[in-house]
Amino acid sequence: MRPFSYTQSPDVTTAVQEVSAQGAKFIAGGTNLLDLMKIDVMSPSHLVDITQLALNTIEETPDGGLRLGALAKNADTAYHELVQTRYPLLAHAILAGATAQLRNMATDGGNLLQRTRCYYFYDTHTPCNKREPGSGCSAIKGYNRDLAILGTSEHCIATHPSDMCVALAALEATVHVKSSQGERAIPFAEFHRLPGDTPHLDTNLHPTEIITAIELPAKGFAQHYAYLKLRDRASYAFALVSVAAALELEGDTVKEARIALGGVAHKPWRVPEAEALLQGKPASKENFRAVAEAYLAGAKGYGDNTFKIELAKRAIVRALEQAISMEGKS
Amino acid sequence: MKENYTGAPANRVDGRAKVTGEAKYTAEFDIPEVAYGVVVNSSIAKGKIKRIDTSAALALPGVLQVFTHENRPGYTWLDSHYQDEDSPPGSPFRPLYSKEIMFSMQPIALVVAETFELARYAALLVQVDYEMQPHETDFKANLKDAYRPKKYKSTKPPEPRGDAEGAYDQAALKLKETYIHPPQHHNPMEMHAAIAKWDEDGKLTVYDKIQGVQNSQKYLSNAFGLKPDDVHVISPFVGGAFGSGLRPQYQLFLAVLAARELKRAVKVVLTRQQMFSFGHRPNTLQEISIGASTEGKLESVQHHAYGETSRFEDYHEDVVIWPGVLYHCDNMKVSHQLVGLDVYTPLDMRAPGGSTGIFALEIAIDEMAYKTGIDPLEFRLRNYTTTDQSKGLPHSSKELKECYRQGAERFGWDKRSMAPRSMKEGNQLIGWGMAHGAWEAKQQEASAKVVLSPEGKLTVSSATADIGTGTYTVMSQIAAETMGLPLENVTFLLGDSTLPKSPLEGGSWTVASVGSAVKLVCQKLQEDLLKLAQKMENSPFKDAQPEEVSFANGQMFLTQAPASSISLLALLQQNEGKPVEAEATQKPEKEQKKYSSYSHSATFVEVQVDEDLGTIKVTRVVSAIAAGRIINPKTGRSQILGGTVWGIGFALQEHTVMDNHLGRFMNHDLDKYHLPVNADTPATDIIFVEEKDEVVNPLGVKGLGEIGIVSVTPAIANAVFHATGKRIRELPITLDKLL
Amino acid sequence: MNSENEPGNAVSQRPTLPDSRPVTLRVNGTTHHLQLAPWTSLLDALREHLHLTGTKKGCDHGQCGACTLLVDGKRINSCLTLAVMQQDKAITTVEGLAQGDELHPVQQAFIDHDAFQCGYCTPGQICSVIGLVNEGQAKTLDDIKDLMSGNVCRCGAYANIIQVAREALERNTGL
Repeated sequence: MRPFSYTQSPDVTTAVQEVSAQGAKFIAGGTNLLDLMKIDVMSPSHLVDITQLALNTIEETPDGGLRLGALAKNADTAYHELVQTRYPLLAHAILAGATAQLRNMATDGGNLLQRTRCYYFYDTHTPCNKREPGSGCSAIKGYNRDLAILGTSEHCIATHPSDMCVALAALEATVHVKSSQGERAIPFAEFHRLPGDTPHLDTNLHPTEIITAIELPAKGFAQHYAYLKLRDRASYAFALVSVAAALELEGDTVKEARIALGGVAHKPWRVPEAEALLQGKPASKENFRAVAEAYLAGAKGYGDNTFKIELAKRAIVRALEQAISMEGKS
Repeated sequence: MKENYTGAPANRVDGRAKVTGEAKYTAEFDIPEVAYGVVVNSSIAKGKIKRIDTSAALALPGVLQVFTHENRPGYTWLDSHYQDEDSPPGSPFRPLYSKEIMFSMQPIALVVAETFELARYAALLVQVDYEMQPHETDFKANLKDAYRPKKYKSTKPPEPRGDAEGAYDQAALKLKETYIHPPQHHNPMEMHAAIAKWDEDGKLTVYDKIQGVQNSQKYLSNAFGLKPDDVHVISPFVGGAFGSGLRPQYQLFLAVLAARELKRAVKVVLTRQQMFSFGHRPNTLQEISIGASTEGKLESVQHHAYGETSRFEDYHEDVVIWPGVLYHCDNMKVSHQLVGLDVYTPLDMRAPGGSTGIFALEIAIDEMAYKTGIDPLEFRLRNYTTTDQSKGLPHSSKELKECYRQGAERFGWDKRSMAPRSMKEGNQLIGWGMAHGAWEAKQQEASAKVVLSPEGKLTVSSATADIGTGTYTVMSQIAAETMGLPLENVTFLLGDSTLPKSPLEGGSWTVASVGSAVKLVCQKLQEDLLKLAQKMENSPFKDAQPEEVSFANGQMFLTQAPASSISLLALLQQNEGKPVEAEATQKPEKEQKKYSSYSHSATFVEVQVDEDLGTIKVTRVVSAIAAGRIINPKTGRSQILGGTVWGIGFALQEHTVMDNHLGRFMNHDLDKYHLPVNADTPATDIIFVEEKDEVVNPLGVKGLGEIGIVSVTPAIANAVFHATGKRIRELPITLDKLL
Repeated sequence: MNSENEPGNAVSQRPTLPDSRPVTLRVNGTTHHLQLAPWTSLLDALREHLHLTGTKKGCDHGQCGACTLLVDGKRINSCLTLAVMQQDKAITTVEGLAQGDELHPVQQAFIDHDAFQCGYCTPGQICSVIGLVNEGQAKTLDDIKDLMSGNVCRCGAYANIIQVAREALERNTGL
C-alpha cells in the first residue's frame, strides 16, 4: 500500500470537491478498495471518507419505487422489510454475495464499483490491460475459468463480480450521481461498460462524481423471481454464472420477462430482444430454452471458460423454472 | 477425576487460551523495538536478476535496510548446512543465495523498516530487472522427461511380485486408466512468521511457525554457524500447518539474517499470497492397470506414479505402496517417477502420498467392481489382505472388516442399488460411494522430562508441537493417568527447543512417539518415588518391585494390598521439599519390525448432483476408523471431522492453478484458491472401531492426523459416479466436468 | 465510491510518507489514544499497536474471516477497514467477551463442543457466532451454515462450530 492522505467529508458538496484532486478516491465500506490497495492494484494518493454523509437511508419514492441511499449497507438493504417484500430478487442476490461480515461493511454504491476478480488483474507481476493499459491481457491465453464469454474484447475478458448488480440490472434500477457540475441519473444498463479498447474503465461514472442513490422502479416482480448462483463452493465464492430472473405471468402466459446474467461479462448481461421472445408465450421449458439460446448467441469461450456457455443456458432455464414454481421461497 | 483419563473425552487443556485470545502464535510475541520485514518475491520463474535497485526504498525515512543477494553477508553456503530433518535428496533452496531465479515468487529481497506499513510500501519500490530464460512448468508436457530419482525421499517403491503384465494380459476383465490431481497448497490459517532476536552475548532467540522447534534450531545453527545451545526456538501455538511447517521456511532465515545485521529484533510475516510461494502437494499423474477375474478376484495390479518436483530437490512420497497394503494380489508392479519443473520443491501435505495414491487406487477399484458387477464393498472383501504385501509382513492389528461392517450399517449401504443414476429427488441425482484407506502407524524416538513439585503438580515436557492436533491435551491425559493425578494437576510443555528431544510433529506419529516417552518418563518417576517410599521407616513398600505398585487418586499403593498406600504429597516431603524429576527416551521396540502397522478407514458418502447444472453437494459422510487405542475421543473425532473436510476440498475444490505462460501459480489467495467453507459441511458421522494392538507402540495408538482424509476423496468421486454415471479421473471434480 | 476512471498509479501529490494523527479507539470498553497514519488497518492497530493479538490475521483481504470482530454489535472484517475510520465506535474483540474468569457462553461452548483445533480462526469464529445471534437473521440450519461461511476453518471444525451456533441461537447468547 502506498501512502495517502485522508480526510473525512461532512457532506456531499465537500466530498465532491475533495475528490476532484488528482489521485483522490472515495472510501466508504472499503472492502474492495483496501483489498486492492494492499496489493498495489489501486493506489489513490488521497482518500475521502464519505461514511459520515447522510446517504444511508432507504425510502419509498412518490411513484411507488424505492430509493436506496448509496451508503446503505448491503446487509441492511437485503434485510430491509420493503426490499424483502417488494424486491425479494434484490434481497436474494445481495445475500448470495460475499459474507455476513462483508455485507455488514459494504455499501450499495460501493457494490456497483467492485472491480473484477480476474487472477491477472490481482497480480501486479503479470500483464493486464485493465490494470495497466497496453500491457496485454494474460487471461485470454492463460487461465480463464472464471472469466467472460459475452461482450469481451481482444483486450480484456474480465467479469463484473457483483451479485447485487445482476438483480439491479433485471429490475432496471437507476443510479443517481452528483458532482460539482450537478446531478444526473444513469439507467442501470448504461452504468457499467464493456471492455472494448478501454478495459481500464469499468463504468461511465466520472472520477469526480459520487453515487448518491440507487432507485428501484415500482415494479418489483415479487411474485415470480429467482436468483440462481452457480459457483465452486456452497458459499463465499464469486459466481461462475448467475441468473436473476423475474417474470410477470398471466396464467401460464408470460407477460413480461427480465433476465440478467452475472459472471459472464464485464457488466450484468441483459438481452432485451431475447427477453421479448417470451412475451405472450407459454411459460414452458422449450420456450425458456429458446430464450437461453438467444441470450448466449455470440458467446465466445476461451478454453477454460467455454463450459460457461452451456452452463449459462441451463442456468437461465432453471432460474425461469424456479421463478414460476417459487419453490423454497417464503 | 477418572473421566479425564485416556480413552475418555476431555476438553482441550489449551482451550481457554484459544477462546480468549490469550494463546500467542508466532507473530504475536511482543518484542520491544521490533522491526518489520516484508519479503519481495520474483515475477519470473527462471532467469537471473540483472539489476536490483533498492535506492528508492532505502531513501524512505524509517527503512532500515533492504537485503538482497548483492548485500547479504557471506555466510556458509554448503548444501548440507541448509538441509533439515525433512529435506528431500538434493540441494536445498537458500534464500538470497545468488542472482539466479529458480521459481516464480522466489524471495529475492527483504525490506526492513520501523513499521509494517512502511516496509510493505518500501517493498513496492524495489525495482528489479530480470534476464528471463525459458521455464518449464507444464507437468503434462514434461512427463516424457520423467526420471527415477537416485534416492527416494520416502520409501523406495516395492519390488515387483509375480508377473503383473502377464497376469493382466490373461485377466478376464481389464482396466487401464489415468488419474490426476493438481497441485494444492496447505494454507493453514496462520501465515508463516518468524521473529528473531540476537542477545548481546551472541545467542539467538527465535519465534517460528514450525512443526518442530528443534528442526529450526538445527537449521539455524548450521546456516549461521552457531552452537545449537545458542539457538533458542520457541513455538507454543501453531495456527495449523498440515505439513507446511515441517521444513524451516524462508521467513525464518530472512528474519534471523536481518536481525543479525541490524542488531535489532526483526519480525517477518508472510502474506497469504506468499503462502503460495513455497511447498505444495505435487501435481501427480497415476496410471493404474488392474486385471480381475469375473468373480472379482484381483489377478494383477500395476500402479505407476509421476509426481512433480523442483529442479533442485527430488521430492517423492509414498504413492504406490497402497495396492500392496490394501489388497491381496499376487501379481503387482509399481513405480514412481519424478518430473522436474521450474517450481519450488513440493512439501508433505496432510497424508502425503496416501491421499494421492489411495484416491486413484480406490477409484480404479470402484471401476473394476463395476466391470465385475459386484458391489464395491463386497469387491473389497473378496480381495481383503491380512498381510502387507508391500513389505511381506503381517499387520500388527487390522480391524478394517469391522470398519466396513459398522460404517455400512450406520450408512445404510445395504439399501444401495448398484446402477448409476438410479436414485433421484427432483433435479438432484443421488449417489452413494465408498472407499477404504490406510495410514502407516509409525513410532519415532522421542524424549520427555517430568517434574513433580512438592505441591503435587506435575510438569511434563518434550520439544514437540501442537498444530491443533491436541498434543497438549493428550500428553496431559497420558501423564495424569499414569501418575494417578487429576488432569488439572498436570501441565504439558512443548514448542521450545530447550526441552527434551522430539521428532517433527507429523506423520501421525506424535502420540505414538512422544506419548510413549511421556508414559515411560512417568514410569521412571514412579520408580524414583518408590525408592523414596522405601527409605521411609517401616515402609510397606520396602520389598516392593516397581511392577507391584500402582498410582491413583494422588496415592501410591501396593496393587495387591491397596490399603498400604501413601499420598504423593507425603512422599514428596521425604525429598526435603525438592521436586522429583526424571527424564527418559523411548525408542521403537525391535518387535515392531516383524509387523506392518497401519490405521484403517472405511468411508461412505452420499452426494447430490444437479442433473442439469452439475453442482455437487456432499450431503452425508460416515467414516469408520480403526486406529488402535483412542486416547481422547473428543479431540480425535475432531481430527477425523477435519480430515473429512479436507477430503471434500481435495475431491471437489482445491486446485492451485499454474499459468504455464508465466510459470506462476495464479490463484494465490483465499478468494481464488477454494478451501471448503461452513456451507460445504455434510452431516458427518464418525465411528471409532475398537482395535487392540500391543505391538505398534507402548500406548497401542496409531495416530489420527491423516487417516481421516485418505478414503474420503475417492468415496466422493465414487459417489459422483454412482449419481451421474460419469467417471471423473482428474480432480477437482467441478461442475463443468459433469455438464 | 467514485469510479476508477483513470488509469494506473499516476498521481502528482502523493505524500512521501503519511502523517500520523491522533486516533481514538474504543475497544472492549476501554478508550485508547493512538498516534496512527491513515494506512493502518483496524486489525493492525489492534495487533501491532495495542497488542491485542486475539484478533487474527489470516489473509488481510477479507477472504478468510479470521479478523472478525464486532463493531456496534455487528461483525466485520477488521482487515478491510482503516483504524481512522472506526473511531468512537464500540469495538468488541475476543479479549472483551469474558467477564473476569467467567467465559462468555459462546467461548465456553467452543471448548465444550471442541469447535476448534489449531485455534487460529477461533476468535473470529466466536465473534461471528455472537454477531450471528445479534443480527437475528438465521432461522434454519442452512442459514447458519451460510451465515457462518465467512469464517474459514482450515482444520475443518465446521460440524462442531455449527453445534455451537445452534446452541447460541437457541439460548440467545449474543453480546
